Amino acid sequence: MKLSIVDYKSGNISSVINSFKEVAKDKVNIEVTSDIKKIGSSDKVVLPGQGSFKSCIEALNNITGLVDELNEFVINKKKPLLGICVGLQMFADVGYEETETKGLGWISGKVSKIDNQNGKYKLPHIGWNEINIVKDSKIFKSIENNSHMYFVHSYEFIPSDNKVISATIDYSTKIVCSVEKENIFGTQFHPEKSDKTGLKLVNNFINL
Amino acid sequence: MLKNRIIPCLDVKNGRVVKGINFVDLQDAGDPVEQAKIYSDGGADEICFLDITASNENRDTIYEVVKETSKKCFVPLTVGGGVRNVEDINKLLNCGADKVSINTAAVQDANVVVESSKKFGSQCIVIAIDAKKNGDKWDVYTHGGRNNSGLDALEFAKKMEDSGAGELLVTSMDRDGTQIGYDINLMKKISKKVNIPLIASGGVGNLDHMVEGIREGNANAVLAASIFHYGTHSVIEAKEYLNSKGIPVRI
Repeated sequence: MKLSIVDYKSGNISSVINSFKEVAKDKVNIEVTSDIKKIGSSDKVVLPGQGSFKSCIEALNNITGLVDELNEFVINKKKPLLGICVGLQMFADVGYEETETKGLGWISGKVSKIDNQNGKYKLPHIGWNEINIVKDSKIFKSIENNSHMYFVHSYEFIPSDNKVISATIDYSTKIVCSVEKENIFGTQFHPEKSDKTGLKLVNNFINL
Repeated sequence: MLKNRIIPCLDVKNGRVVKGINFVDLQDAGDPVEQAKIYSDGGADEICFLDITASNENRDTIYEVVKETSKKCFVPLTVGGGVRNVEDINKLLNCGADKVSINTAAVQDANVVVESSKKFGSQCIVIAIDAKKNGDKWDVYTHGGRNNSGLDALEFAKKMEDSGAGELLVTSMDRDGTQIGYDINLMKKISKKVNIPLIASGGVGNLDHMVEGIREGNANAVLAASIFHYGTHSVIEAKEYLNSKGIPVRI
C-alpha cells in the first residue's frame, strides 16, 4: 500500500508526516510529495492544509497539474482521500476567507467564518472539543462518541447536504467537524495532534 | 463543548530542561524530549518549550529537541524564546512545532506578527506577553524580562490581536516563580480586551490557582511549570481537580 501526503508548500505538515509514520511503522509506504505522478499512482492520499482557504487553493494551483490529478484520483478513480483542516475545507465549492475563492467542489457547500456571537466566543476555536458522531464513518472505527479532538480554526465548512456530515461539535453553534462522502473523508480537527484517539483515526484511514 | 487546556511548560537551556525562578537561579533537571513525552502520556493538552537563553546563545540545540519531541508527542507543541523573525518561525515549524510564541520580536516590530500570521496562519502564532505591574497598569517587558518596553500590556494585547496573533500567552512577572497564584486582574482585563484565546502563566502554586485563572481570570488555558515539574501534582491530578470544581477539561 502506498499513501501520499500532498506537500504543496502550504503550512507546516511535519506533524501530519510524523503521525502517519508513527502509525504506519514499516507496513505502509508513506510518501511526502508534490509529484503528481506519485500522487496519481498512490492508493490513498492525505491532503493537509494550514493558513487561509485562499492561500491553500493558490498553493495547490501553483503546482501544475496537481488539481487535475487530485480530481482524477478522487472523482474518477474513487480512491480514498483524507482532508485535514483547510484540506477538508477545500472540498467546498467556495470559501470566504480573505476573499471569495473557488474551492475544489468535491462536496457541495461553502466555508464561512464561525459566528462568534458578537465576541461571546473566542476565535480561533483552539483546543480540545468533544465530537458528536452523527453517522457511522469508517474513520471512526473504535472511536467512541464524545471523544476529544484537537481543533484550531476560525472558519467552518457548511455542506449543502447534511448527509455527508459524520460528526459535529458544539461551539458557538453546531459546527461540522467531519465529513464522509463515498471515498472522500475530511476532518476539521487535527488527528495528528489529537493524542491516542487521533492516531486511531489515522490508523483507521490507513487500514481502509 | 470546548475544554480548558492545561499546558505544562518546560524551560529549556542548551537542550536541557531547567526551571527559572523569577527568570534566574537555574537548576538542571532533565531531558526535554523525555519530559515532554511523560507529560503528553500523562494527559497534557499541549506542551510548551521555552528556550530561555536563546536570545543570547547559540540556539540550534532547540531545533533538535523540537524535531525529536514531535516524533514522540502527538499533542500540540508550542515553542518560544529567542524567536527573532519569520525565518526562525519557519525553521521551528519545519522541525515539528505546531505553534511558535514570539515575545521581544513582536514588541520591536509588529510586522513580524503580521507577516508570519499571513504566511503560516494565525493558528500558529502565539504572542508571549511578559507583564509587570506599574501603578494601576502593566508594562510589557522584553528580553526574558530584562527590559521594560514602556508599552501598556492591554493596548499591546489588542495590537497583537489586530496584527494577526492567534493566541496570547500572558505571564505576570510579579507572580512568576512565587507560587502565590496568577495575576487574576491582569488576565481578566486582557481577556476582556481581546477576542482571541488567552493562556495564563506565572504564579501557580496549587490547583486552586488554576481554577481561579480560568474562572476568575477568564483564561482559556493555564500554563504551569514548577507545580508539574517538581512532581507536586501530575497533569491528570490537576485535571481531575478542575473537573471536580465544574471546569470542563479533557479527561
